[in-house]
Amino acid sequence: MAQVKLDGVGKTYPNGFEAVKPCSFDIEDGEFVVLVGPSGCGKSTLLRMVAGLEDITAGSLSIGDRQVNDVDPADRDVAMVFQNYALYPHMTVRKNIGYGLKNRGTSAAEIDAKVQDAAKMLDLGALLDRKPSQLSGGQRQRVAMGRAVVRDPALFLFDEPLSNLDAKLRNQMRIEIKALQRRLGVTSIYVTHDQVEAMTMADRIIVLNGGEIEQIGTPAEIYHNPASKFVASFMGAPPMNLMDAQLENGEIKLNGSAALTAPAKQDYTGPVTMGIRPEDVVIDAAGPTPFTIEIVEELGAHRLLHGRLAGHPFTVHVGKDTTATTGEVKLQINPDAIRLFQPETGKAI
Amino acid sequence: MKRAGFTSIWLPVALLLPQLSIIAIFFYWPAGWAVQSSFYLQDPFGFGSTFVGFENYTDLTANSEYMRIAWFTVVFTALVTFFSLSIALLLAVKADKVIRGAKSYRTLLMWVYAVAPPVAGFMGIMLFHQHTGPITDFFKALGWDYKILVDYNSTATAFIIVSVWKQIPVNFIFFLSGLQSIPRAVREAAMIDNRSGVRRFWDITFPLLAPTGFFLLIINITYALFDTFGIIDTLVKGEPGNNPMTLVYKVYMDGFRGNDLGGSSAQSVILMVLVLVLTVFQFRLIERRIHYS
Ligand SMILES: Nc1ncnc2c1ncn2[C@@H]1O[C@H](COP(=O)(O)OP(=O)(O)O)[C@@H](O)[C@H]1O
Ligand SMILES: [Mg+2]
Repeated sequence: MAQVKLDGVGKTYPNGFEAVKPCSFDIEDGEFVVLVGPSGCGKSTLLRMVAGLEDITAGSLSIGDRQVNDVDPADRDVAMVFQNYALYPHMTVRKNIGYGLKNRGTSAAEIDAKVQDAAKMLDLGALLDRKPSQLSGGQRQRVAMGRAVVRDPALFLFDEPLSNLDAKLRNQMRIEIKALQRRLGVTSIYVTHDQVEAMTMADRIIVLNGGEIEQIGTPAEIYHNPASKFVASFMGAPPMNLMDAQLENGEIKLNGSAALTAPAKQDYTGPVTMGIRPEDVVIDAAGPTPFTIEIVEELGAHRLLHGRLAGHPFTVHVGKDTTATTGEVKLQINPDAIRLFQPETGKAI
Repeated sequence: MKRAGFTSIWLPVALLLPQLSIIAIFFYWPAGWAVQSSFYLQDPFGFGSTFVGFENYTDLTANSEYMRIAWFTVVFTALVTFFSLSIALLLAVKADKVIRGAKSYRTLLMWVYAVAPPVAGFMGIMLFHQHTGPITDFFKALGWDYKILVDYNSTATAFIIVSVWKQIPVNFIFFLSGLQSIPRAVREAAMIDNRSGVRRFWDITFPLLAPTGFFLLIINITYALFDTFGIIDTLVKGEPGNNPMTLVYKVYMDGFRGNDLGGSSAQSVILMVLVLVLTVFQFRLIERRIHYS
């Protein structure tokens, strides 16, 4: 177990492309950190630099108390779970799990005991003598986990380990991985493009965009206080409603129509982007803001009402007890939940 | 969904017919003919033939020259196969590190394959020439009194080197594409599991290359046994004299130069049986241990 320290770590590929701009953050011992961002934003590159599979072209990386920039991947005491599992196709499950131990000079008896333990933990006992080709996707995923767990490393690295599974299995494995990590207490970095995985699994989320860190924070911080328009629209399904507006004397004017009261402390004047989560709005006949419902999306436990507010596309989240039909309604917007961003830079005000 | 199929038997038959007739005319018919004529003694001048039973075969086993050639063929085949496979594998592993994904290099490296065996033989003649050949000079510098076509071992060495050189590109291409088809993540997982590159090669890469290797083993043995004919014929300039030769070359010498069609046919039949046995042996023994993904 160990803490991880990135100090200005960046990656420029040999072709000159800067996939990760120099970034710094610390991961605490036993913490589960999720790197999330759209495809191509540099998540895998960053993770692979930590694993040692990709050279670090800027900055310094430490695992535990050791600077590991030039340490061989096998000597970093990390274990990685890959998106396509990367099992050794010619080896049985038993050998797949034991291979990393064998090369670290563990005795045969000890390997056997550890493989049995890992297999029990992951419910693989009956599959130990099968080859990967004889396993289902979920079982392969477990073997890949077993291969990581058995080594008892200082750091787990996951690169989109669930993206090849169907939705049901994904939800189940998500909980299992999180529970396993809790039980073992191993520091973990988990890469995903799925914001639901990020929200549900992380102790702390790092949102990446275009090779840069947009925000670091707990799931609640990221969700409720997004540091930028990008984070606001990337995290949460449906995303935060974003609308261009004008801020004057503590009042927000949407397209010249209804005025809203902005969070009191604002002394800023000028154009802003206003953000509001769909669940921070209620339908209220006495409310000040008109909203035209165009589509009602029925989701069982709740409903999403899609429509237009002052000409902007807008979504409202209502509980299953609130009936709604298409047409004009009035909204009450919770002023404390309004977030403001600079329209050009996208940063939170 | 509609399954595509033939409505009558005649179209598939007609489509297969050219291939089947080629196999029948060029393989089964001559093979059958060779089996038949191996039981006859042909008059050297073409006036009829006499049935002699297994005499052509028993004569061969008693013939010390034939046994010597058979032994040479075994050694030659083993060495050519071993060196052309191992050198090609070594080159492929080195190239794979450099050119992951760069396909144009592969084509360039493939070119030697287009050299026909007799042309390879001619290049061999130049390289091993007794007075002007650079390889001759090289061996002489090492203190070996190298005399191609005069000294048995000198000629044998030239056979082996030219044959290996000619076969390396084919093996190289197959090994290289075999290496490149191993998923990157599997290699990377191994890098995290094992520090030693050499051990990773033997534990992961080599077993995953085994299907390719097995296929190439058969191809290379067949090549060394049969397809080196053109190289040998060119190097000895059609006059082997006391130089080494392979069994296939001996078939040709006895049948077409010596006009002993019966004996030559018996030798061909022995070769056919040899190939059959080898193939069965390889599939039984080796293939079972190989992982096909
Ligand atoms: N070997 C490479 N050479 C050049 N560019 C690369 C290389 N590998 C990845 N990239 C680029 O770096 C960016 C980040 O890639 P990656 O880290 O794999 O993204 P993610 O995992 O977030 O989807 C992408 O734009 C990708 O095209
Ligand atoms: Mg990725």
